[in-house]
Amino acid sequence: MTTTTAPVRRPTDESQVSVGIAMVFLLLMAGYFLLPIYWLVVNATKSQRDLVTTNGFWFGEFQLGQNLADLFARDDGVFLRWALNSLLYAGLGAGIGTVLAAMAGYGIAKFDFRGRELLFGFALGGVLVPATALALPLFLMFAGVGLTNTFWSVFLPSIVSPFGVYLSRVYSATIPEEVLEAARVDGAGELRIFFTISVRILTPALVTVFLFQFVAVWNNFLLPLVMLQDSTLYPLTYGLFSWQSQVSRYPELQTLTIVGSLVSVIPLIITFLGLQRFWRAGLTAGSGK
Amino acid sequence: MAVPVTAPQGSLTAAPAGSPPQRRAARRAGGRIWLVFVLPFAVPFVAFYLAPIGYAITQSLLRTERSGGIFGRPRTVFTGLDQYAAVFSDPAFLSGVGRMLLFGVVQVPIMLAIALALALVLDSAVARLKKVFRIVFFLPYAIPGVVAALMWAFLYSPQLSPIVNVLDAVGPRPDFLGSEAILWSIANVVTWTYTGYNMLIIFAALQAIPQELSEAARSDGAGGIRTAWSIKIPIVRPALVLTGVFSIIGTLQLFTEPVVLRLISTNITSGYTPNLLAFSIASGNNYPLAAATSVVLAMGTFVLSFGFFRLAQKRGWS
Repeated sequence: MTTTTAPVRRPTDESQVSVGIAMVFLLLMAGYFLLPIYWLVVNATKSQRDLVTTNGFWFGEFQLGQNLADLFARDDGVFLRWALNSLLYAGLGAGIGTVLAAMAGYGIAKFDFRGRELLFGFALGGVLVPATALALPLFLMFAGVGLTNTFWSVFLPSIVSPFGVYLSRVYSATIPEEVLEAARVDGAGELRIFFTISVRILTPALVTVFLFQFVAVWNNFLLPLVMLQDSTLYPLTYGLFSWQSQVSRYPELQTLTIVGSLVSVIPLIITFLGLQRFWRAGLTAGSGK
Repeated sequence: MAVPVTAPQGSLTAAPAGSPPQRRAARRAGGRIWLVFVLPFAVPFVAFYLAPIGYAITQSLLRTERSGGIFGRPRTVFTGLDQYAAVFSDPAFLSGVGRMLLFGVVQVPIMLAIALALALVLDSAVARLKKVFRIVFFLPYAIPGVVAALMWAFLYSPQLSPIVNVLDAVGPRPDFLGSEAILWSIANVVTWTYTGYNMLIIFAALQAIPQELSEAARSDGAGGIRTAWSIKIPIVRPALVLTGVFSIIGTLQLFTEPVVLRLISTNITSGYTPNLLAFSIASGNNYPLAAATSVVLAMGTFVLSFGFFRLAQKRGWS
């Protein structure tokens, strides 16, 4: 009996060509995505003079150390202040936001109450209304109550994550009811069940929610731009932008903007790479809907 | 018809609900406990999502007038839809919207096509070093829009850019910041930032396709490209719709990239994108008009993305 000729037929020559074409495509695209980052790394090591006079794709005189020292010394260390602000806005905001979203998503999934579909509908609508669309209305409202130019004006909006509610609800539905019922029989309260049992099952989703909220707040630019005048309240994005916009008056800020940009992206890249295992699992569940 | 995909957790429209006995159990055990879970989110959601929109709508319908010169007493008058009429008759607003539509029609399909191609190749048997490539492609998403635009601004700059120098050596000197080119220079920054993110969403959907399905196609003699076209792409359509919706939202909200590139190009006007226009109006302290513009923009974004979503459902794309 001659069976299954097809699967055996293909390998070798033809697939070698396919592998070659695929690799060329992937390498070209990788080059495109890495080019600006490579440029940033190279030029963060240059002096102001070399920045203009030497080839942008290769190193000049290496003075990354000097640039870093200048970066942190400028204006009494205002860069460190911005970094700390970003960390507070994004880290604390996303942290609180994740807990609130997780509780709400879980509550909607596990408790039967009037208006839960309405609430969920509003949260979904919130996913479709991006943060940039809300920045100006938020500014107008905060201006009405005199809250602009404060830490709270940027921080408070950061604790709301409608996407988090969506993902938490979807994930909560996978928690077996029997597990919760068993805990109830043992006399555990609902909050204790949530924080000891459910949270553990929800972890991949919660890491995803935290990360995406963290990135959204860390990268936020319009909201701080409209809210803040006091430069000690700026996050990194606004701070770097304010430096770049003064380059014609203070040319030395050019180098500082470049090295500051490099420093500001490193924490994010490390966080993403470090937590990859979690957020990829979370993203899989959130997609394909 | 809905195509079943990935995890069994339900879909955006038909949310999962526990079976009746389960729900009864939860209710019995819960009582009013759900409030404890839901309120901590609902209160800030109302305060910082719904209230600002409500406030902006109210502001857009009112105007502060002073009777008897600038020292007269201010009073608030209801002006109805005057501000909205002003928004829609503003040539800057209309040209900004037109620019964004052109931008979206060109940039979104190109970006999603690249994202889909990358995802399919990384999902296929012919790719090597998949993990490394996936990380490299996703990297730009972790970089703030301000920094991404700053980096590209240097690569576009006629004085500093090594790219301009290289291209100049082999052909006509490119002008990335010219009045025609600048829109596509912005499009490039956006594509660079979000392609990897979209790829990952599509890739996640591809990974959920049962191995047997691809193998069955293969043993029927279908090549990699044929399998991708007739089996994989139809299955990941919902993911494509999702990325499409988010891309449309992003396009209409475009702000950071043009604002940063504005520092080096005079071709980006204060009303270049609708969001930039609303910001400029607010900076000029015309709050009622700024409110009306941002309300129109938020509603427009919502209607368009929701509309695309419904269309996709009707046509059976998701």
